[in-house]
Amino acid sequence: MSAHPAAAVPHLGTVVEALSHKRSRLLKEKAIQMLLMFAALVAVFTTIAIVSILLIESLRFFEEVSLVDFLTDTLWTPLFADPHYGILPLISGTLTVAAVALIVAIPMGTIIAIYLSEFAHHRVRETVKPFLEMLEAVPTVVFGYFALLFVTPLLQNTILPNLPGFNMLAPGLVIGIFITPYISSVAEDAMRAVPMAMREGAYAMGSTKLQVALRIVTPAATSGIVAAYVLAVSRAIGETMVVAIAAGLNPTLTFNPMEPAATITAYIVQVALGDLPHGSLGYQSIFAAGLTLVLMTLGFNIFGHWMRKRYREAY
Amino acid sequence: MDVTMRTTAPSRAPQMADMRGLIASGKRKQVLFAALGLFCTSIALLTLMAAFLNLLIDGLPRLSFDFLTSFPSRRAEQAGILSAWVGSALVMLVTMFAAVPLGVGAAIYLEEYAKKNWITDIIEINVTNLAGVPSIVYGLLALGLFVYQFGFGQSVLSAGLTLALLILPIVIVATREALRAVPGHMREAAYALGATRWQMISGHLLPYSMGGIMTGVIIGMARAIGETAPIITIGALTFIAFLPESPITAAPPFINFDWLWTQFTVLPIQMFNWVSRPDRAFQLNAAAAGVILLLMTLAMNACAIYIRYQVRKKIKW
Repeated sequence: MSAHPAAAVPHLGTVVEALSHKRSRLLKEKAIQMLLMFAALVAVFTTIAIVSILLIESLRFFEEVSLVDFLTDTLWTPLFADPHYGILPLISGTLTVAAVALIVAIPMGTIIAIYLSEFAHHRVRETVKPFLEMLEAVPTVVFGYFALLFVTPLLQNTILPNLPGFNMLAPGLVIGIFITPYISSVAEDAMRAVPMAMREGAYAMGSTKLQVALRIVTPAATSGIVAAYVLAVSRAIGETMVVAIAAGLNPTLTFNPMEPAATITAYIVQVALGDLPHGSLGYQSIFAAGLTLVLMTLGFNIFGHWMRKRYREAY
Repeated sequence: MDVTMRTTAPSRAPQMADMRGLIASGKRKQVLFAALGLFCTSIALLTLMAAFLNLLIDGLPRLSFDFLTSFPSRRAEQAGILSAWVGSALVMLVTMFAAVPLGVGAAIYLEEYAKKNWITDIIEINVTNLAGVPSIVYGLLALGLFVYQFGFGQSVLSAGLTLALLILPIVIVATREALRAVPGHMREAAYALGATRWQMISGHLLPYSMGGIMTGVIIGMARAIGETAPIITIGALTFIAFLPESPITAAPPFINFDWLWTQFTVLPIQMFNWVSRPDRAFQLNAAAAGVILLLMTLAMNACAIYIRYQVRKKIKW
């Protein structure tokens, strides 16, 4: 090395250059990593923003309206001359529509999942699934049109001649049909994840396909099936356009699906359509309603999480 | 031995008969259940078909070139969806430019960079939970944050950003799946040649997983274009009889961003506005707008399915 001092000078230069090149490369890498991390953190910021905006506006709302009135008053008329702020009518509407939807969707979704996972021929399954997924993809405003101008008249002309033009039954039924694929696809995934050996064991004991499906696969997949139900409940509670179009916008404390009533989501839409000034009590009321909606969804999700933990089977 | 033989022999015949009966009834139940499954599947698909047909029958007679190039009007026969579809297109543009970099970036971070620590856990939980938040809640978020806090107003920009946040989980999940499908040895090969992590990602991972990412983005956009509730919540107007300034201008600098700040309406809101009127003629307009909306959604989904199919066919590691 020391025998060639002349050669060492340019060599040293390239080393320095390489090092500085490496440093700028590292810096660039670090900067990119920070940028990507920021993108990932947007999800966290979004949650924080949702919670804080709902809380801040709701707190302003509850400075004017007492929480007791909010939870016990049976009238919701924030836009009237004599305003009442009882959330119960909106909750009853929301729960009634969701109940009708789930009465349709839970049995249908479960049966379709069992059928596709355990009974259907491979080719049938591959043909049917894209069409079921199409049900999820259709804009809900289209289903609102369908509920108001097809299902309600159909019910009026056949079995329920006294059904009013706006009612909770038709939107409930339509929502039930279009959340069915949510249940069937998630539940089917859970069922297909059940190990084949368990089915084979049952077949070896002489079980029929139905016995395997109902007594082996379904219990083993309970955790996933409950997850599917929770997803469906969240969808049914949060669905907006179908009810805003077909259920009427009049908050009524009733659990009768044959009557018109407003849901929490429909109320938010109704207020947003009018031009309420920023900061008014009416403006704040939609955030209080939204907070109620989020808490209801959260409640069902926690319940679902608890159920899943209780029935979790690991293989 | 002799005794047992004698006692079981006569009873064997009825036992076999019982077994046969049991097997037959088991098979009957099995066939009945399969029929029930088929019945439920058909109900779901028939409802889908009824919804489509009903919309087509009501809407097709109203569809014409004029319908696409006219503004909404007091007179149902002259009304059209020009401002609505232009508004939808502009909002989608904003959504795409916001959701793709954020979603793909977040997915790359979570798959390739994130260490297993509490920050990563929190991000993961948030992505999962955001997918379950009702869409109207995003509308409330946007109303408070974009419209008033940031002062964007009831503009195309606010709406585009709202929908971008809404579809972010879809884009993230799809991108992560696509990245995960690239085998580890592709990464190692790039590193072995001296690539930095970002060179490996931008030169190899992203091109290889482009198909999967595109599928996710298109499905997300198809979802966004049909979303009504959050856009209504931020205060989109239902009656717009003007077009925003064109994004591309004749004079330099050729690009104009004024359209970001204009008021707007979108296709699903136009449809909602028409369907809510008692006048039958307007409801037929709503059906026609619905047909256009449905065609766009289905075309985008078909596109996504086609790309997914092509990718699966082409790539073999």
